[in-house]
Amino acid sequence: MIETVFLMIFSFGALVGAVAMFFLRHPMRVALALIGTMLSLAAIYAELGLHVIAVFQVLIYVGAVMVFMIYAIMLLDVRDRSFTERFSPLLVAGLAGLLLLLGVLVDGLLRTEPVAAAAVNGDAFRVGAFAIVFMDEFWVYFALAAVLLLVAEIAASAVIDVRRRGGDAADPGKENGRG
Amino acid sequence: MDNTHLLLAVSGTLFTLGLVGVIVRRNLLVMLMFLELMLNGVLLSLAVFTQLLGVEAGAVLMLLVFTVAAAEIAIAVPILLLLVRAGHTLDPGAYGGLKG
Repeated sequence: MIETVFLMIFSFGALVGAVAMFFLRHPMRVALALIGTMLSLAAIYAELGLHVIAVFQVLIYVGAVMVFMIYAIMLLDVRDRSFTERFSPLLVAGLAGLLLLLGVLVDGLLRTEPVAAAAVNGDAFRVGAFAIVFMDEFWVYFALAAVLLLVAEIAASAVIDVRRRGGDAADPGKENGRG
Repeated sequence: MDNTHLLLAVSGTLFTLGLVGVIVRRNLLVMLMFLELMLNGVLLSLAVFTQLLGVEAGAVLMLLVFTVAAAEIAIAVPILLLLVRAGHTLDPGAYGGLKG
């Protein structure tokens, strides 16, 4: 019973953060609302017993992805039309799509029967037990993901480097020390 | 409504809000954040089914998706920085010349 109450509270928190993202104007406030949603989701994962996922939700999403996003927001404090006008001309179509998708969702959930959970070993997703299984059976996939992350970092550096060289080529005087 | 249905409803709602946010908002950074919201909605449903079925592979898949999301942001933000350096705006409508 208490588990259901906590799930409802954190679900409500996640939805409030997501809805607030629509109406907040400044990207920094939108980022803070998204961080609130992500923390609520981490609490839901912990409540479900997925402690590993809750930890990584905080470490990777809030600690890495959103911090990187906040750096970008601070770097790009552009006060142009995207700041003064929050919504695009597709607002009405987007809201119609929102109502349609939510209607389909509610209809689908009302038609389904209650789901019977399988017998789950409660300790399977604790950090220690999961780490042993992870490094025993899934370490190859983890290594591949690490390689992917490294390739992404190299690609990001390459994108910036290509742009810098392109700028130098477009301005040869700058390259010869006359710019 | 049991807990599974509640969380699946939250998951679907988060995905829907993220999709509509990408469509209706005008700021490129905010649109990127709504994309993250969509991914979080999908991950919540994956977490629900992982817990329901009790398979560790689902949690491993979530961890790998976290890594891919970090890689996605590592690529997307520099591209955004270059776009803004070239166009001096975060309004996606200003980059209509990129199509085709």
